[in-house]
Amino acid sequence: MSLRATHRDAGPVTVVDLSGRITLGDGSALLRKTIRGLLADERTKILLNLADVDYIDSSGIGELVSGFTAVKNRGGDLKLLQLTKKVRDLLQITKLYTVFDVYSDENSALGSFR
Amino acid sequence: MDSGDKHLEITLETQVESVNLAEEMCLRVAEAAGFGEDDCYRIGMSVREGVINAFHYGNQERPEKKIHLALDITPEKLIIHVLDEGTGFALADVPDPLAEENLLSTSGRGIFLMRAFMDEFDVVKGRNGGAEIVMSKKLPGPVGNSENGKGGT
Repeated sequence: MSLRATHRDAGPVTVVDLSGRITLGDGSALLRKTIRGLLADERTKILLNLADVDYIDSSGIGELVSGFTAVKNRGGDLKLLQLTKKVRDLLQITKLYTVFDVYSDENSALGSFR
Repeated sequence: MDSGDKHLEITLETQVESVNLAEEMCLRVAEAAGFGEDDCYRIGMSVREGVINAFHYGNQERPEKKIHLALDITPEKLIIHVLDEGTGFALADVPDPLAEENLLSTSGRGIFLMRAFMDEFDVVKGRNGGAEIVMSKKLPGPVGNSENGKGGT
């Protein structure tokens, strides 16, 4: 299943709803394009909703990190919402769970952006 | 190889589509061999990462080069070989992705994931001088045993 991405504004925060797989090729490329597009529009507070993302490979992990760094470099914040078990486990074994701010509740996540 | 062992091999093009193809093929073999859902996920991910490694690092994304994938099922385990046509590499030279200075690296986690998800993992010099990844997972035992053979009682 390829990746789909839609985004919606919640005040100053843009929530990106992702579904499918973030893997080498189209999935990683779409995530990159989405984040770079938001930054070009000066949207630097980004919440990635991964509730429907059931698979990420090393390329997808790399793209999450790349997006995180790009947003931070613009003075913004990129946070993660509603990880599936597989994605949570993957971020834990790669120690990235300590790098990203991760939330299970959208309102709490939105409230965390300053 | 014992007469009861099963062997399957395929030559893949150096292209992104080969990653999905290899994963799908290995998932079918793993399911047929009796692995459960969690182990199939780990095996599929490891094959993906092995083929990504061959595609990107080994063959340098050069389309004239091939990726050779082979599977062996013995009475004890599923063994996967991924051979590229690059110049090879030493595992000792691969940076640790968990090191503080590498945590925000955008690449370099494939080897780590294969090591984490499979029971055995090694990289040897292939017959053509490229890198050959060899990894295996113990076949599931009877009901009641540990699913992946790691630390079961």
